[in-house]
Amino acid sequence: MTGHDPDAHRIERALAALAVDPGGLGGITLRARMCPARQAFETALTHFPGPRRRIHPAITDTQLFGGLNIAASLAEGRPVSDAGLLDQPGLIVLPMAERSTPGLAARLAQVMDAGRGHTLILLDEGASAEEVAPQALLDRLAFHVEPADDTLRAQAFRLPARADLDAARVRLTRIDIPAEAMPQLVALAARFGIDSLRAPLLALRAARALAALDGQETLSEAHLQEAAELVYPARATLIPADEEDAQQPEPPPEDQPEPDESEAQDGQSGQDIPDEILVQAIAALLPADILERTGARSRTRSAASGSGAGDRRKGNRRGRPLPSRPGHPGQHARIDPVATLRAAAPWQRLRRTPANADRPVIIYPADIRLRRYEDRSDRLLIFTVDASGSAAVARLAEAKGAVELMLAQAYARRDQVALVAFRGTGAELLLSPTRSLVQAKRQLASLPGGGGTPLAAGLVAASDLAGHARGRGLSPMLVLLTDGRANIPLSGEPDRATAFADSETVARALYAQGLTGVLVDTSNRPADKARQLAGQLGARYIALPRADAYGISAAVGAALDG
Amino acid sequence: MTAPFPFSAIVGQDDMKQALILTAIDPGLGGVLVFGDRGTGKSTAVRALAALLPPIQAVEGCPVNAATPEDCPDWANVPSTTIIERPTPVVDLPLGVTEDRVTGALDIERALTQGEKHFEPGLLARANRGYLYIDEVNLLEDHIVDLLLDVAQSGVNAVEREGLSIRHAARFVLVGSGNPEEGELRPQLLDRFGLSVEVTSPTDIEQRIEVIRRRDAYETDTDAFMAHWQAEDAKVRDAILAARDRLRQTDSPEAILKDCAGLSLALGTDGLRGELTLLRAARALAAFDGAAAITRDHLRAVAPLALSHRLRRDPLDEAGSVARVTRTVADVLG
Repeated sequence: MTGHDPDAHRIERALAALAVDPGGLGGITLRARMCPARQAFETALTHFPGPRRRIHPAITDTQLFGGLNIAASLAEGRPVSDAGLLDQPGLIVLPMAERSTPGLAARLAQVMDAGRGHTLILLDEGASAEEVAPQALLDRLAFHVEPADDTLRAQAFRLPARADLDAARVRLTRIDIPAEAMPQLVALAARFGIDSLRAPLLALRAARALAALDGQETLSEAHLQEAAELVYPARATLIPADEEDAQQPEPPPEDQPEPDESEAQDGQSGQDIPDEILVQAIAALLPADILERTGARSRTRSAASGSGAGDRRKGNRRGRPLPSRPGHPGQHARIDPVATLRAAAPWQRLRRTPANADRPVIIYPADIRLRRYEDRSDRLLIFTVDASGSAAVARLAEAKGAVELMLAQAYARRDQVALVAFRGTGAELLLSPTRSLVQAKRQLASLPGGGGTPLAAGLVAASDLAGHARGRGLSPMLVLLTDGRANIPLSGEPDRATAFADSETVARALYAQGLTGVLVDTSNRPADKARQLAGQLGARYIALPRADAYGISAAVGAALDG
Repeated sequence: MTAPFPFSAIVGQDDMKQALILTAIDPGLGGVLVFGDRGTGKSTAVRALAALLPPIQAVEGCPVNAATPEDCPDWANVPSTTIIERPTPVVDLPLGVTEDRVTGALDIERALTQGEKHFEPGLLARANRGYLYIDEVNLLEDHIVDLLLDVAQSGVNAVEREGLSIRHAARFVLVGSGNPEEGELRPQLLDRFGLSVEVTSPTDIEQRIEVIRRRDAYETDTDAFMAHWQAEDAKVRDAILAARDRLRQTDSPEAILKDCAGLSLALGTDGLRGELTLLRAARALAAFDGAAAITRDHLRAVAPLALSHRLRRDPLDEAGSVARVTRTVADVLG
């Protein structure tokens, strides 16, 4: 309908290209909340050839891949298998794609890699930058569209007539590819920091489909540009810098023997003019929040525990129900009666003998199915306290008070608490992870203080503790009380510069481990050092000069839960 | 289904290709783990491996590919004693697989229709004397992982369920691939893999262009492309067979054994499996190169493959385990 709306035009072209080469291009992601444009998008999909299946993120493997149909098997007296939704190649529509688990993504990715001609349509309703469809799938789909506000009101997307699509499909294999097309697409991907090699490959296929749509015999510059504009922007991880900077990662062109620098510069820029136009055309389409997104992407994968809730854990006592599993009922497990009956059902006729004819249902131990639940694991707050210098005694006392206050609330939160103090030349675990207020009070009765600030050693101790805690199924979080002024490095020899460099290295390592939390700056004049350290840790920064136990406890509680 | 992308047409990724060839030469090495970013050709390489493997001799109709009629399990009731040649099995273990598909279970069809108890062999039986491939191994359900750990260790699959009591040989090479961003692997499972490889996207523009060029040729003009590269694959297969013959004659000098032990000690690897694998991998490489004895160069080449996944994790070392192994190799071997 809207020939002049550039976004709507892009969606129409992407859909048309997909209809020409559905198996090769993989599919399309539409990232938008429910709106008229999304309805129109789904209507346009009905014009695609082949069957169309709608699945959901919580779909089971039996539904996807098929399996034994127990009810039908019993009725027929022979095994009846259901066909899976993915048995036939066709269009798979996955709404709420941002909610799909890595497991589902991996299964779908395997199906797509098998090359049987499946096309995946992801409808992503994610609201924040962290909430996206799994990267494993996004990487395999050629197109990603995210309509701007104006386009959201679009009422219809027009696809070419079926006869035109069929004709384009016939032309597809005969399209000539000029020699410079591939190097150009690869170099362009590199400029935008796109690492996966699927991107240029998909762009090439898209260009071919677009050329076939337009009735061309050879790939033209315009089609390459259009394909790159459709495939690259959503994958870009950096904005191309100015031409001079961007030249560096690229290999120098062959014709570069000129010793004269200015001449070489001229030669280069002259050669790159079409590339530059392309780069700018794509850069104009980059999402506005690209840097934030790249950050979010790396955060979602490294620090899963940033949400304040514990990590997911599979247990059998509480939480969200999971599918039942065979097993023996023990003291912690509960039997799932329905699943057990279902497991026993197919065997009733076989098991029936004159001896047990009076029993209504014959259940063997192997039929027993146990309930399983997915639970949030308990959180462990690791207080890591700077016990150095003159303020040590007061600071430790307040930290101790905060620990006791947090423990007092622990029944509501199910948190455990541990305390690590660092001073002199090393760090020391003063309170092992505990939930017991009594034990904490006893162990914290006397606290030593004073000496240098071995910040790095303290962080290493916290990291060790976090590692052990993870092994026991806890989700560790760090609460670091310091002024950030480290003066003892890991080696133990006083050296201020090395000390700070060491603590930054350790902080980055902790971030990579996914151990995040809060840094409470306890210095009288909050300084940049602590803030910088919090940045390295990926931790929240709170400045609390002369903090008391109540202040620390309240701030930490708010920061961790918020 | 189209033919898989040929092994020799894979551009770069020499470590991964070498690791796969080494296990083909010496299946006793214990498998390969390929970990790396998306779109680096992990699964392509593993699926291409099947075409490289020389065929095996097995009893006709035997569900566990037994080499002699005596090795056929009793429950299978194999009538034939003819030995036939069949391709080395490469069995895919899909992620959503159930326990009974892996180990085998009661044949439901026969139980329902004829009331007979009959064992239906699972994927482990099919993979015997061949390869078991798990894509996205880090996302495999825990209970399947536990089961695999046990079978991979003992080489025997024991099924005790639904009134059946069955055991059969299940010796296979475990090949896994995955993306570490989506989940880590338990150290116990890591240890079961003989070699591990980290793959990254090629950073060289020319190499990247070549990848695209070949992939596009494969997709658009499959027949001509396959005809060319299948000949290349045949050469690799012959080299693997020749190396297998040489394997027994390849010497492992005392000094090399000492080097292996020294390397493992310096790196602090757990257990003795590391140095054993190191030695076997170096021997396989020496045989592949046609050398009479293992040299330090062979050790250097395989040390990152055999040891990098056996190191204790050091949160403070940002360089990654391959760099650590390379550094230690330089220190120990000079």
